[in-house]
Amino acid sequence: MKKILTSLALLGLVVAGIGAAGTAAIAAEEAHNAAAPTHFPIDEPKEMDWSFAGPFGTYDKAQLQRGLKVYKEVCAACHSMNLVAFRTLEDLGYSEAQIKTLSAEYTIHDGPNDAGDMFDRPGKPSDYFPAPFPNEQAAASANGGAAPPDMSLLAKARGVERGFPRFVFDIFTQYAQGGPDYIHSLLTGYDETPPAGMVIPEGTHYNPYFLSGVSLKMPKPLSDGQVTYDDGSPQTVDQYSRDVSAFLMWAAEPHLEDRKKTGFRVLVFLLLFGALVYLTKRKVWAGVAH
Amino acid sequence: MSEGHSTYTPKTGIERWFDARMPLPRLVYDSFIAYPVPRNLNYAWTFGGILAIMLVAQILTGIVLAMHYTPDSVLAFDSVEKIMRDVNSGWLLRYLHSNGASFFFVAVYIHIFRGLYYGSYKAPRELLWILGCIIYLLMMATGFMGYVLPWGQMSFWGATVITGFFSAIPLVGDWIQQLLLGGFAVDNPTLNRFFALHYLLPFMIAGVVVLHVWALHVVGQSNPTGIEVKSKTDTVAFTPYATIKDAFGMLVFLFIFAYFVFYLPNFLGHPDNYTVANPLKTPAHIVPEWYFLPFYAILRAITFNIGPINSKLGGVLCMFGAIAMLFLVPWLDTSKVRSAVYRPWYKLFFWLFVADAVLLGWLGSQPAEGSYVFMAQMATLFYFAFFLVVLPVLGLIETPRRLPNSITEAVLEKNKGGGHHPAGATAAPEIKG
Repeated sequence: MKKILTSLALLGLVVAGIGAAGTAAIAAEEAHNAAAPTHFPIDEPKEMDWSFAGPFGTYDKAQLQRGLKVYKEVCAACHSMNLVAFRTLEDLGYSEAQIKTLSAEYTIHDGPNDAGDMFDRPGKPSDYFPAPFPNEQAAASANGGAAPPDMSLLAKARGVERGFPRFVFDIFTQYAQGGPDYIHSLLTGYDETPPAGMVIPEGTHYNPYFLSGVSLKMPKPLSDGQVTYDDGSPQTVDQYSRDVSAFLMWAAEPHLEDRKKTGFRVLVFLLLFGALVYLTKRKVWAGVAH
Repeated sequence: MSEGHSTYTPKTGIERWFDARMPLPRLVYDSFIAYPVPRNLNYAWTFGGILAIMLVAQILTGIVLAMHYTPDSVLAFDSVEKIMRDVNSGWLLRYLHSNGASFFFVAVYIHIFRGLYYGSYKAPRELLWILGCIIYLLMMATGFMGYVLPWGQMSFWGATVITGFFSAIPLVGDWIQQLLLGGFAVDNPTLNRFFALHYLLPFMIAGVVVLHVWALHVVGQSNPTGIEVKSKTDTVAFTPYATIKDAFGMLVFLFIFAYFVFYLPNFLGHPDNYTVANPLKTPAHIVPEWYFLPFYAILRAITFNIGPINSKLGGVLCMFGAIAMLFLVPWLDTSKVRSAVYRPWYKLFFWLFVADAVLLGWLGSQPAEGSYVFMAQMATLFYFAFFLVVLPVLGLIETPRRLPNSITEAVLEKNKGGGHHPAGATAAPEIKG
């Protein structure tokens, strides 16, 4: 056992040595040219406190409701959310009646009916959030050539690489909030001024948190006081960004609470059963030198 | 070893009836109850059993997932999301299956490295080792095709890059690539045939596993000393000794597996695979699953032409060569001694090789630019040097430590000498047969 540990320690040292040398070499290579960066994002996302982080994390329903409001009043103008059905909004604490009212606010293009015609009707809880544009081409042409991404999975589809050795620590801290951290940082990052001499392409907006360049087509979407909260939460860009990021995490991973709750039970079971099997194993082998 | 002298005696009428017609109970008894295993096996030997349950778990979750999945390039992505959102416990099934693939590879890598460390591939276990290598190859094909099925960005572009390797082969390359893809690019026919093969290959794996276990039961298990079993005192019965130890190993493994499934289900995946495949938009960095990264690093390390071989073909040859090395190990290693326990130099080189493989894995995840390329070239050089230079040469020049005469002697020596096994040390060395 001791030998195995010593070998593992040695191994760790060797790998860490090579890794450190490599990272240092690469850091030196980049030799920071602030005006023409080559790696994105320029700034890493800020790590926020999320109610759904950690082994016992749960969604904050009030926050999800506020996030939904931000999505409906701001994001939904350009971003679809094709995979989220109104009925699932029960997770946010809405009653069936509230969901019926909420879905009826939307107009759903349906059909063909018995006469063969397409028609518009009010939404039902079984409908999905309708997209703001009739098709991807329309979305692209209205937004300068690229369609705004669908938001259903955005919180899982975005994430900045953590790099060695941080990704190892992430296993123990259960860091799985890269998506919402990224979205929050991006939404709050529009006010920063670009370094002197940086060329910002025409029609794009500088944001040091953007994953794939110095700037993006989407203009700053949120400003203070834009969305009215009725629960007394601060009506600031920072708060809006937190709320909508949390909401998008729920949209991407609606069964997160269920997963973590089940996980705890499974781990406790495996721990207890494992302990019993270990004791049995010791008893079985007690008489046999090995 | 277990052949020829079965100790099974049918006790009930039903057992006697079966035994006279199809001796299945006898086979099970001889293989999993009376089967003698070396008494000194450590926990590294529990990974065979762990792999068996992972294969079964993957097949079971996979069959249920297939009931809800639609292999069509327009519908595949949404059908996976339907599983995640609307199918009862669908999220659990899918996370078990996707993380299960990763942990299947974790287990197989530990299993392979254990074989390399203790020289488990040496005569008479060459065929056993080669069957294992075939299982590993089938696993890689299955894992790769499975990753394509969710039809995300990494699915699509990973498939494009990996099938593109085949076009590097002279003369028949393009034909092979088109056969794999069912066309000129990754599209619906590709997804259809990958789904069919992804469903087929696990059963082929199960078939080769049967051969692997059969071969194992003919030659017997190797053990940490690398000395063959010589007498009955060297072994214990599979049940209860190996069964209970394997069970504990499995539970520890399942604990770590469950930790990832429930708390970090997307840690081993790539965010881009939550964006639906788009043939017009190439991701910034195309990376395969983590378990292919060392080979991916080797592929990209060849940035230069070697005579008539251009860098692309060179990279592909090196990548396949890296896997082919494993098949040759029984004949590349010239040492008379099996276990690294008695080979101080081999032990050092073994751990350097492990470090090299981990380093290659990390390099595979980084962009192939700047000093990464040079590091990958050095690491590739060491990878091949380990097989083609270290293994043959070390066996000829290394002076191994003194070997004990038998497994029993090694066990008794260890328990007498070391204070780190208090329970075993005080116990009488019971002779079990």
